[in-house]
Amino acid sequence: MDQPKATPPPASATETTALRITTAAATPVAVQGSFDPKLIQIEGFDFFYSQNQVLHGVNLDIAERHVTALIGPSGCGKTTLLRNLNRMNDLVDGIYHRGDIKIRGESIYHPHLEVIALRKRIGMVFQKSNPFPKSIYENVIYALRVAGVKDKAKLDETVERSLKSAALWDEVKDRLQASALGLSGGQQQRLCIARAIANQPEILLMDEPCSALDPVATAKIEDLILELKREFTIVIVTHNMQQAARISDTTAFFYLGQLIEFGPTNKIFTSPAKKQTEDYVTGRFG
Amino acid sequence: MSIKPSNFRAIRTPGEAWVWLTAMGLTLGLAMILFLLGLVLVQGLSAFWPKRVVQVTLKADSPQAIQDSLILGGEITKVQEKLSPTLNEDGTPGETREWQLFLGNKDVYGLGFKFVDLDQIEKTEQPRDLIKLERLEYGPALAYPVALNLKDGVTISASAPEFRAELERRVHEVNERRAEIKRIEKKEIGAINQQMNKLRLRQRALERDRDAGRNVAAELAEVAAAQAKLDGPYNELATRARELRATQQENTITYRLMSGRENTLALGQVIHFYYPNELTTAQRVGLFLRNVWVFLSEEPREANTEGGIFPAIFGTFVMTLLMSVVVTPFGVLAAIYLREYAKQGPFVRGVRIAINNLAGVPSIVFGVFGLGFFVYFMGGTIDSLFFSDTLPTPTFGTGGVMWAALTLALMTVPVVVVATEEALAAVSRGSREGSLACGASKWQTIQRIVLPAAAPGILTGLILAMARGAGEVAPLMLVGVVKLAPELPLNLEFPFIHLDQKFMHLGFHIYDLGFQSPDSEAAKPMVFATTLFLIALVVLLNLTAIFIRNHLRKKYATGAF
Repeated sequence: MDQPKATPPPASATETTALRITTAAATPVAVQGSFDPKLIQIEGFDFFYSQNQVLHGVNLDIAERHVTALIGPSGCGKTTLLRNLNRMNDLVDGIYHRGDIKIRGESIYHPHLEVIALRKRIGMVFQKSNPFPKSIYENVIYALRVAGVKDKAKLDETVERSLKSAALWDEVKDRLQASALGLSGGQQQRLCIARAIANQPEILLMDEPCSALDPVATAKIEDLILELKREFTIVIVTHNMQQAARISDTTAFFYLGQLIEFGPTNKIFTSPAKKQTEDYVTGRFG
Repeated sequence: MSIKPSNFRAIRTPGEAWVWLTAMGLTLGLAMILFLLGLVLVQGLSAFWPKRVVQVTLKADSPQAIQDSLILGGEITKVQEKLSPTLNEDGTPGETREWQLFLGNKDVYGLGFKFVDLDQIEKTEQPRDLIKLERLEYGPALAYPVALNLKDGVTISASAPEFRAELERRVHEVNERRAEIKRIEKKEIGAINQQMNKLRLRQRALERDRDAGRNVAAELAEVAAAQAKLDGPYNELATRARELRATQQENTITYRLMSGRENTLALGQVIHFYYPNELTTAQRVGLFLRNVWVFLSEEPREANTEGGIFPAIFGTFVMTLLMSVVVTPFGVLAAIYLREYAKQGPFVRGVRIAINNLAGVPSIVFGVFGLGFFVYFMGGTIDSLFFSDTLPTPTFGTGGVMWAALTLALMTVPVVVVATEEALAAVSRGSREGSLACGASKWQTIQRIVLPAAAPGILTGLILAMARGAGEVAPLMLVGVVKLAPELPLNLEFPFIHLDQKFMHLGFHIYDLGFQSPDSEAAKPMVFATTLFLIALVVLLNLTAIFIRNHLRKKYATGAF
């Protein structure tokens, strides 16, 4: 977190490049204050699972404190891209990549970069909620625990702040020491969000966070995402077209490992430039 | 369209016969297990049940008379078909059964058991005044009490009303005195002996120094003085023990065997007595419980055929516990590296196969390895480094409970490795990724998330390892088990755990009783009883582990939905 910021915050949010599809210029959603339109820069990114290429030359800039939705049919590479942002794919054997991903101008593949430090800056929420078999309290402060934080006051404060941010505090404040496994599915997913934001990361990655939830729980998480946008840069993979339309500022459409179209969400959903995008968002295939 | 009923009958679900076959397999297995457990339970527990004593009068001129007496008696231990049944005069087969009688009085008869043909018996009775005296030597005596001879010349006849109360009191007295003698000889004299030993070692070290040319006369004199100072209390205790022993012989009891011979026995030899034919059912139950308790709590006597098995139970328990303490971290660490860190490939696969095959190596091979590596090499090295002043008497360079535990740990490590690997593999990817995404390192993830979740599976492996280790005999014979070791490996003497001590083991005890005992017939009930308690001990250890496992399972139950 202490790494120097290589790219100074730009004066205006209207910068565009000829080569890349950039969105910030056309973002219709009001974002408070100045922000970095290129917080995450994905440059010519190819990715392989052994012989199998799953991403082809992806170029994408993700703006700070925006919600960016990655959509596309199953197997299009959107989850792979998401899992590369915090190098979670390192766990898989036989992977390699070409191109680069930069966060605040610094490559996440830099040989001197500690992957643990990277993951501390990037929280992640998974498709299936995965609370640890510990108490609610211990779940939230897990990132602090592994970072070696012992200060009880700080831990207590973190638990309250994170659970409040995840809109879970009122439901669990009286049973923080109870097992997290006793929560409902929606509560568990919000607990995972609280856990992901406890160490105050810059970026929050969400891999289909609502796919296993009922509509009520989904609505709660969506409200939460819109709240969290004030503080965090959110990248979300979703299969739910309405969800992408409801919550995201910008949308990237992937197909067969290629980034087909990237732009402001309302543009992607109302007047897409590419035929494939239009077919997908209108439900003609996918 | 109508279906005729006969068509229904013709249709059979394919594979029904196989269901039946699988059920057969299970039934057969269950039946064998139940039969074995039932046998052990019945035979083991019946060893403690006080039996009636019958007096048998043989027909005149019976060849089965014992020491010219046609009257003999004992406990009926078995009824069986004769090997060659005698024929009646008309050629039809006669009585085909015979009794096995436990005669007792081995000092007189020279044998413990006798077979008596039923057709040789004139009459049988159960005299109420028969007494069973449990003695320190030669097993019990079955006889009619005649008189109690006290040291001041008083004789109390068995017919006197106060006889039983007096005998009861005297036997109690004798038992207390015996405990006192044991305390003096073991504890107090033992403590002095230990100090003596230390002084002797010091003396020897000083003598070596003297031979090397140093002047150590003052120190030597000091040691000699200290030794002399110990002589006083030693002699005092030894005298006291001798006096007590003499007191044990003062009073005697006279009894008459069923064959008519009279015998006199010092009361110091008597441990316990009762009238077997007078016992009510409640008294028999009480006596049964007492016998079980004695068996569980006392040391063995008379080449292990009498007395209890406490040192063996304790030795087995301590050894199994030590083994678990060693094998768990060893196996778990190996499995963690193998599953979590090692790059999966042909080499790791080979290692895994090798570990699995290790489980198939005969246990005696582990025993030989333990003897060569642990006892001779490691023990010898430890002795020459730290206990060189006691050499040539080995301290760790001979079999002991630690080497036995290590040998068995080595033998059971494949079980723990395999179980742990399975348990680690079963921990969900979601939990691991969740932890890594929070910025935890791989080791932190294993330590905080994976291992707790895998703990129930690891404990399953430990349960299997304990069951295998506790029942193993062959390797132990080479690395520290002995026939008799009343000293426990765990006691109140510093350093409390005596890892170098030889120990007794239930499994070896069974072997020893069954196959090394001078009177295998007498040892048979003990074999079953010991087996029963070995199984009970293993069950107890396993239940403890299962209890912990269920507790952990509840705590770390995964699978949110």
